[in-house]
Amino acid sequence: MTRRTFLGMPATTPPVTAPAGVGHLRGEESFPTAARRSLADPQLRRNLRHATTTIRAKSAGVIAEQSDWEQLRTAGAAIKADTLRRLPDLLEQLEEKVTAAGGVVHWAADAVEANRIVTDLVRATGADRVIKVKSMATQEIGLNEALEAAGITAVETDLAELIVQFGDDRPSHILVPAIHRNRAEIREIFLREMPGVDPALTDDPAALAAAARRFLRETFLSTPVAVSGANFAVVETGTLAVVESEGNGRMCLTVPETLITVMGVEKLVPTWRDLEVFLQLLPRASTGERMNPYTSMWTGVTPGDGPQTFHLVLLDNGRSAVLADEVGRQALRCIRCSACLNVCPVYERAGGHAYGSVYPGPIGAVLSPQLTGIEDNASLPYASTLCGACYDACPVKINIPELLVHLRAEAVESRPRPTAESIAMAAAAYTMDRPRLYAAGQRAARLSRLVGRRGRGLPPPLNGWTASRDLPDPPAQTFREWWADR
Amino acid sequence: MRIALFVTCLADTMFPQAATATVRLLERLGHEVVFPQEQTCCGQMHVNTGYQREAVPLVRRHVRVFDPYDVIVAPSGSCVGSVRHQHATVARRAGDVRLASRAESVAERTYELSELLVDVLGVTDVGAYYPHRVTYHPTCHSLRMLRVGDRPRQLLGAVRGLDLVELPAAEQCCGFGGTFAVKNPETSTAMLADKMRHVLSTGADVCAAGDVSCLMHIGGGLSRLRTGVRTVHLAEILASTEQSARSAARP
Repeated sequence: MTRRTFLGMPATTPPVTAPAGVGHLRGEESFPTAARRSLADPQLRRNLRHATTTIRAKSAGVIAEQSDWEQLRTAGAAIKADTLRRLPDLLEQLEEKVTAAGGVVHWAADAVEANRIVTDLVRATGADRVIKVKSMATQEIGLNEALEAAGITAVETDLAELIVQFGDDRPSHILVPAIHRNRAEIREIFLREMPGVDPALTDDPAALAAAARRFLRETFLSTPVAVSGANFAVVETGTLAVVESEGNGRMCLTVPETLITVMGVEKLVPTWRDLEVFLQLLPRASTGERMNPYTSMWTGVTPGDGPQTFHLVLLDNGRSAVLADEVGRQALRCIRCSACLNVCPVYERAGGHAYGSVYPGPIGAVLSPQLTGIEDNASLPYASTLCGACYDACPVKINIPELLVHLRAEAVESRPRPTAESIAMAAAAYTMDRPRLYAAGQRAARLSRLVGRRGRGLPPPLNGWTASRDLPDPPAQTFREWWADR
Repeated sequence: MRIALFVTCLADTMFPQAATATVRLLERLGHEVVFPQEQTCCGQMHVNTGYQREAVPLVRRHVRVFDPYDVIVAPSGSCVGSVRHQHATVARRAGDVRLASRAESVAERTYELSELLVDVLGVTDVGAYYPHRVTYHPTCHSLRMLRVGDRPRQLLGAVRGLDLVELPAAEQCCGFGGTFAVKNPETSTAMLADKMRHVLSTGADVCAAGDVSCLMHIGGGLSRLRTGVRTVHLAEILASTEQSARSAARP
């Protein structure tokens, strides 16, 4: 196992991105192609519109109550920036504290290593089933598939994740992973997949929740190993924290004998005072609650109370590469609240699957291409109008529009030239740097438009415009002609 | 006051009425407008498409052309946003620190039209007359890059004869996004459809905004569907007077 103590240091070798062929950071299609399918799905459009509108309003309400919200955002951003700056030291301190409290720390350079570590740990307990707390990190690395390949069943215990798992589906929202499903579909999925389900199950939300509860309680009590992620790790005491709404997390974190936590290396906060800031920011920004119903914290193991074996797997999987990018590293401040998804007009229409990665929406558009390397997710930085709603909503002030523009430049500069686009752009820049040529170009554009019909006539790749919009008639005079004539 | 007009390439080429209105308005208010003829494009299209290197000469040109002026105005929130939030970054990325600091200095003197009127010239009632039912789309870059806030609405509120109707979900993007409308035409159209639905729900005859780019998008959709709703730049409304309304068949 590689010990990555050079995090954040000037790297002498190119930064290592998340490996291909494992996990869920890469889509099979480009964003525009995948979005085309979701745009044509009326149920999905309705669910997305309803859910994002509701969460937006709820979140705005509780944020308005907090008079120091802007200061909290600033503090959150500053704490994270400071943490990232001294990440290598803080990670080693965390390892020390967790070890001293009776936990075992493992370092995973990538998804393959992390999956192998967790699989070996579960195997060593002799269990063939684990219960899981909703976790983005384990989805990122495709842990459930890796466990399945080793003959170990992973049961998701978050209700929406359970729906996704039973439906052999993929999550489409960080916080509301089954946002794309309606209750009739959920009923069908439960009837088909849930062991011991009542065949008379209705699609009443309370009945669906009760069915899940019955199934999950039995699972909690009969499974000796749990796998979780973590929202935060407090370095000064080596304490891990998970925030959640349903209580399934509390069950997973307290009932089993063995707990294995997989956490991205960026999840640290130096002190408990720092944690206070995030426990105020996160619920208001994500679920629109003043406080989340369950906040579970644990420090190593406590004899006679909770899991007696605790493993912490620290996951890099491309994060060092993100950290090495001066502009890009702010994406590592993300606390996975999904506020940016809920305010994004593109996400609201295209949905989460269009992004191809477990991280959808604006944060996904800037995080996924950095974790995988831009070549594998080159269409994502363009999946935004740069409207800026995400930046305003972000509780840790990640300047997502700035990052998108930065990554677009990376995408262009990493592609072999020439392309049709690069030729057009170079020609445009050449013309625009020569005012007389530019004015001649304006006249030529007018002539070519005059011979074409109104609203038609744009060649590919510009024909996407005229497919649904008219172009105005060209004016009789450009402004500079009018100015010269007056 | 002597004010340099940063016309923007799109207004210059396709929507000169927004720029001529800006000139007429400022001159009517007693100011001198100059048009530096060496200007072309601020380079936003290049930057936002990923061609930052190609944008460097355009940033250099823009800075050189506008550096001599104390006050610069553009009838566009988006292009002013590019000058204010992108030019220095592009220069710095290219390793030209001197250009970056000159770009910052030009940016400090560059205003979007409603900012110039309300903050610099201290006027909200420009003496305009525009007897139409109007709804106003605030445009993302004016709202969230420049934070122009309610300045355009203050200006519209003082226009005689104008019936200003609230646009539902006004702060949501219309789906233009420059290169976005070309690279993701279908998602862009889905966003446009919702924006048009909201515009039509107001019963307005005119949809106004401070950016011809967003107006080209919204107007292109409204025209394709033959809705009969026109898109008009804020400057055109503010430049209209009783006299101009009498002499023109269309305002």
